[in-house]
Amino acid sequence: MNHAISDALVITKRQLLQLSRVPEVLIFSTIQPVMFVLLFRYVFGGSIDSGQPGGYVQLLMPGIFVQTVAFTLAATASGLAEDMKKGLIDRFRSLPISRGAVVIGRTFGDALLNVLVLAVMAIAGYVVGWRPTSGILQTSLAFLFLFMFGYALSWIGIYVGLLVKDARTVQNVGFLITFPLTFLSNAFAPTTGMPRVLQYFAEWNPVSSMVAACRQLFGLENQFGATANSWPSQNPLETSLIYMLLLMLIFIPLSIRTYKNTSA
Amino acid sequence: MKTVEAKHLVKTYRNGEVKALNDLSLDVEEGTVLGVLGPNGAGKTTTVRILATLLKPDSGSATVAGIDVIKNPEKVREVIGLSGQYAAVDETLTGWDNLVMFGRLYHLGRQKSVDRANELLERFELTEAAKRPIKTYSGGMRRRLDLAASLIVKPKVLFLDEPTTGLDPRGRQDMWSVIQELVTGGVTVLLTTQYLEEADQLADDIAVIDRGTVIARGTSDALKTQVGGEKLEITVENVDLAKTQEIVTRVSGHAAHVETRTVSAPVGNGSRDLMEALRALDDAKIHPLDIGLRRPSLDDVFLSLTGHVAEEVNEEAVTPKKGRKK
Repeated sequence: MNHAISDALVITKRQLLQLSRVPEVLIFSTIQPVMFVLLFRYVFGGSIDSGQPGGYVQLLMPGIFVQTVAFTLAATASGLAEDMKKGLIDRFRSLPISRGAVVIGRTFGDALLNVLVLAVMAIAGYVVGWRPTSGILQTSLAFLFLFMFGYALSWIGIYVGLLVKDARTVQNVGFLITFPLTFLSNAFAPTTGMPRVLQYFAEWNPVSSMVAACRQLFGLENQFGATANSWPSQNPLETSLIYMLLLMLIFIPLSIRTYKNTSA
Repeated sequence: MKTVEAKHLVKTYRNGEVKALNDLSLDVEEGTVLGVLGPNGAGKTTTVRILATLLKPDSGSATVAGIDVIKNPEKVREVIGLSGQYAAVDETLTGWDNLVMFGRLYHLGRQKSVDRANELLERFELTEAAKRPIKTYSGGMRRRLDLAASLIVKPKVLFLDEPTTGLDPRGRQDMWSVIQELVTGGVTVLLTTQYLEEADQLADDIAVIDRGTVIARGTSDALKTQVGGEKLEITVENVDLAKTQEIVTRVSGHAAHVETRTVSAPVGNGSRDLMEALRALDDAKIHPLDIGLRRPSLDDVFLSLTGHVAEEVNEEAVTPKKGRKK
């Protein structure tokens, strides 16, 4: 038990080493979000009348931040599935290491990658005109929220990876979860334009809460989300925190238990 | 003392539809090598996975170094080394990275992990490739590194799951000499293989398994006697068939078997019988198209033990694991 953290850190270090040996992974995992920033900013930005001082990009950036960390789910899942397929997980499981270390280590590694990706995106956002106006403390808190959200989703990723097992299928399942969640939200367009049923879903969608929370913390009026009197859209900070804690409370023990019982 | 002991292991997949292990029992005496011989899908890998604590049997029990694998898997993991059929190392990392990582996971500490990695790389002749990613390694190098990773902390019991499957003859020879060296170091080994020759080379004792259960157990000599040892095989032109058959029958002392243009019969004295047959053929002015001694193969063993040839069950289709069987 006393080795749990040090074992996990060895696994995390392995992931960082992988990134240094295969820098393409790092490059592509930062290019994609930067590309999204540019596409949404310049393709939609011109035609969406947001009525937002500072332009659509102020509303857009929180949406892209949340979307990007949401992809952690698929990244974690496919990374783990890949290790299982290659027999590496079998090797780890035959070692006298603490039980959760392998999956804990992977969530740490993916969280570190998120820090880097968020930093690169913040710079890209700044370049295209994104300006948080709330001061350093609130802005930092927004990034802490994003980091935690990615971490919580990483644990769902562990669970998905263990269940599905095949790396390519996992990738697809990951996207199948992530895409509707990020688009059926207030991330890119107001929920008011959606059919009533989808609107309802979008308001209770954790992605919407996260986006609204970030907008609030970056100093914006919570425009796209505040369409109804639903509790989540009125209280995005609290809702996001509850969602994150709930996800971690469910998926950390569940994933560690599944890992222990899985036979690869 | 029995260092490995498995009793009445049963493991089924798909809710009992597929029986991977069907009351399998085996044991390995301390300091010896047991070769577990069988075709794909016979249950070799399942057995190793249960003994190495990766899989729980439906029923039955097993101990490794006196420790119960089901009740006390953590303790078992401290005394075993496992080297799989497919190199279970991180391919994107270098050989050195991998060994240091595994050293850290065995809680050796930074400096000791580095020292041990260098030592093992040297011993397995991988020093030159140490700083290259594993994916640039040849099959043989990969297996050697995989084996090195299972020896970071000198294990009491080493499980080698098909250590040479897929290697070219040279790679196989290299691997054999590495394993032989280990065995002289006193480690207890359970080795699975599809090759009778490999079990012959490396194992003190052989357990033949088929359909999830042990069907024969003994030394390689004992098994061979049971199978019938070597066979003399001579291929000749049709016109010479009758005369050749006569010669082979005389040399062998058994009735020669003729199939198309090949005459064969079991022989007891190997090369001496071969030479005698050659001389007789020469005297009779018969020029054989092909002549040789054939050692019994896994198929021969199976044929003689079970009356059927080794049947390949596609284990990949029935077990949830991926890409570990070929």
